[in-house]
Amino acid sequence: MAKTNSESKNVKPSESTGVQQGERAPEVVLRPPVDIYEDADGITLMADMPGVSRDRLTIEVDKDMLLVEGDARIDMPEGMDALYADVRSNRYRRSFTLSGELETGQIDASLKDGVLSVRIPKRAEVRPRKIEVRAE
Amino acid sequence: MFAHLTNFGGSLFDEFRRLQDEMEGLYGHWPMPAGIRSVTRGTYPPINVGATPEQVDVYLFAAGLDTKTLDISLQQNLLTVSGERQAPVKEEANYYRKERFDGPFRRLITLPDDVDPERVDARYRDGVLEIHVKRREAKRPRQIEVK
Repeated sequence: MAKTNSESKNVKPSESTGVQQGERAPEVVLRPPVDIYEDADGITLMADMPGVSRDRLTIEVDKDMLLVEGDARIDMPEGMDALYADVRSNRYRRSFTLSGELETGQIDASLKDGVLSVRIPKRAEVRPRKIEVRAE
Repeated sequence: MFAHLTNFGGSLFDEFRRLQDEMEGLYGHWPMPAGIRSVTRGTYPPINVGATPEQVDVYLFAAGLDTKTLDISLQQNLLTVSGERQAPVKEEANYYRKERFDGPFRRLITLPDDVDPERVDARYRDGVLEIHVKRREAKRPRQIEVK
């Protein structure tokens, strides 16, 4: 069956990825599990994205939307048949809305062993401040 | 109109998986009998198994593992992988979501009968544990020449 250009862009060759993908199957996206917590200085997001290296990861902030995307890449021998597959896509995607008190220009992200951590600091003016009492 | 209020970033696939789990709960393993060693979907870590005539590859999608905690053993064709994945809760922080797996895990994977337990290697890269097991020579398909 002939593929159009737009289709072939999304379909990765199956030998270079961890999964088999049907030629015309709609794109299946994995939703990475996340931990999200807040402390006095900001919000931290941690996401499990095994198989994703730093150059295949994108983190985008568009206004109040945080988008995390990544492609898992696994080198597999040529002509491998899948016997069993829990993971049926090589594309991770998840998005979150941010709120106004977060300093979206100061987001810091790191990736280690497939774990992404994103640190979003709060704006200085909304951080809790300790008020010191002067002794007179 | 209210699509943005009901869409929490879930994919259709997750919904399907949830539905499948619920169906299993309601009707047992209908319509197919489950394998004696099969596990519930969503068991940590997710695995993929692939095979070529020369070898069988097992991929465990386990991000953030300390490889020192890993214990991999192969008894005939039964592969056991156990370890511990730490994703501890920070005490001074308030959590909105805690979805990442935390704690010890163990998975048993039945490989094809002709794997050679003497020739196994494993490596961990980008959060994926790869285990390669070679198959025995005799079981490989041979080209038979017609005279």
